[in-house]
Amino acid sequence: MGAELLVWPALLAYGEAAVAYAGNVRRPGSLGLLATWGVRLGWLAQTALLVLQAERADGFPWSTWAGSLNLFVWLVVGAYLIWGCSPRFRLLGLAVMPVAVGLLGLSYAAGGTTSSTHIAWHDVLLVVHVAFVLTAFAGFTVAGGLAGLELCQERMLKRHRAGILRLRLPSLVALDRLTVATIAVSLAALTIGLVPGFARMADHGLDALMAGTLAAWLLYAAVLYLRVRAGRRATAAWLALVGLAAVFVLQLGLLATHVA
Amino acid sequence: MRLLLVGTSHRLAPVEVRERVAVDPDGAAALGARLAACGEAVCLSTCNRTEVYVAADDPAEADRRVTGTLAEIAAVEPAKLEPYLYRLGDEAAAVHLFRVAAGLDSLVPGEGEILGQVKTAFERGSPGPLLGRLFSHALHTGKKVRTDTSIAESPGTTSSAAAALAAQVFGDLNGSRIAIVGAGKIGTLAARRLLKRGARLTFVANRTSHRGVQLAEQLGGAAIPLERIGEAIETADILVSSTSAPELVLTSDLVAAALPARKGRPLLLIDLAVPRDLDPAINDLADCYLYDIDDLEAVVQETLAGREGEFAKAEAIAVTAGERFSDWLAAREAVPAIRSVRERAEAIRRGELAKASPRLAGLSEREREAVDSLTSRIVNKLLHEPILQLKEAAAAENRSGPENRVEG
Repeated sequence: MGAELLVWPALLAYGEAAVAYAGNVRRPGSLGLLATWGVRLGWLAQTALLVLQAERADGFPWSTWAGSLNLFVWLVVGAYLIWGCSPRFRLLGLAVMPVAVGLLGLSYAAGGTTSSTHIAWHDVLLVVHVAFVLTAFAGFTVAGGLAGLELCQERMLKRHRAGILRLRLPSLVALDRLTVATIAVSLAALTIGLVPGFARMADHGLDALMAGTLAAWLLYAAVLYLRVRAGRRATAAWLALVGLAAVFVLQLGLLATHVA
Repeated sequence: MRLLLVGTSHRLAPVEVRERVAVDPDGAAALGARLAACGEAVCLSTCNRTEVYVAADDPAEADRRVTGTLAEIAAVEPAKLEPYLYRLGDEAAAVHLFRVAAGLDSLVPGEGEILGQVKTAFERGSPGPLLGRLFSHALHTGKKVRTDTSIAESPGTTSSAAAALAAQVFGDLNGSRIAIVGAGKIGTLAARRLLKRGARLTFVANRTSHRGVQLAEQLGGAAIPLERIGEAIETADILVSSTSAPELVLTSDLVAAALPARKGRPLLLIDLAVPRDLDPAINDLADCYLYDIDDLEAVVQETLAGREGEFAKAEAIAVTAGERFSDWLAAREAVPAIRSVRERAEAIRRGELAKASPRLAGLSEREREAVDSLTSRIVNKLLHEPILQLKEAAAAENRSGPENRVEG
């Protein structure tokens, strides 16, 4: 039996979570619990899929762009799961899970979830580079969601929206702290990912993608500086959203150039 | 053993009566110990209610003793206390306690303090197996209602709306710093609500130093003259203002000047004064959120509109928990019958084994043990279904029985 069959429970569970999150916004309560379990079970199924892919591959199994997308979805959902179990972060799930379903579905359609891959990398530096950069991008994606939620709440507070308490959002301070912490961890992962990239530059030179990734590093370092040193909370959150757009562009570039 | 509740609350008794029967936690513990002579007893006494839960074989006798003791505490004749007392039995008593623990019977519905008071009453009372289970279920139900519904997050007054908004901005208010501008009653009330949630007072800024010092001493902060309000803005997380000044006491420029020192920390400003104390332009400054009395009133109205559905959900949770408890109680009443059936079956098994022992004489010790174990298992399997039916019949009889309300 092909490992790719495991993609179905993952897709189904993620899909169920996305629908339950949408329902939970209208009627908070037990649907939120169903959504959380959907995320957990889907992530476990996808983990099993990745393990089987890794076991059967000769080298790094996610070297195709579709395979890389599969890994990226797993990392994003994994990063979300850290806070996703808390009822107050369910609105963030509504932003993350439909994207996860869409990207995993795309990965499946393009053959990224099969267990036999024709092109497997054996270059350790390349594998470390791509794995850490993908991890960082996944973290930045979740940080973007958190920053979006923070700005949304900021807007509601400024405009005195009377229904703010009924949404049961995480507190503004909690969102701010989590955004900063997620960016800090992701930036560390990006730094580690960039080191092998620099090492490979001797052979490959500085390509546009590498330059873009360096720019993203600088942008997120600026976010941290603005928030932690200059105390510019809202500006930092807006910049994190700009960073999210940059990450998507870079992610597309990474998929198009570094992987087959 | 039957469950009985005798008590009085804000629903039936005016404060003059409630204060006479109220006891402190030590008094409640002593009362529970004293009434435990009837069986099991737990006394729940708060500013809005004094209720005694008793599990006794003779509910009538337990009722007489509890009423007598409450009258003794109130120093009145039992007959004079009678109009203010309610009595509930079994399932009705259980549902009542579950509603109380959920905050559904509170003066301010949904308030969370009562759950801690129920826990203290349980810990300091004299519960046995029945009241132990009842109070454990009550605590569980109280927590479930707060997790599954948002009744605890729905403020019913402007001061509680201010506290809820503060929690929305800062999360846990433990350690959050409050500054009060003006020593008015409304502002003090709002500040007290915030302090109750774990915030701490830093400054009280007032025009007349005497009242400011008095309030600061009461709530544990420092009093400063109104002119030094800038200092308070630099350090405070929440500022509550309620002076009777006819003009603005805090301008946007003054707040803007203090912002660099705050390093992006949010500042929630609550203006409870009419005419307003705080410049509305403050709300346009970065990281400043200014709410006046109308904004808070709108929050209250909005949450009140959404509360009805939440209360219906909470009620359903309490009633379901009550039914489950009642089924357990009924099944418990079937225990003597079940024990008797088991004993009879065991006697038959042993008798038959004894009769057959001459024929089993040739068996080894191990083989005898195997036969003994085999017959035990057969008896247990045969009894499993009838015992289950006995329990279900007891629960069904309980469900179809008369109302559990004794009188009230």
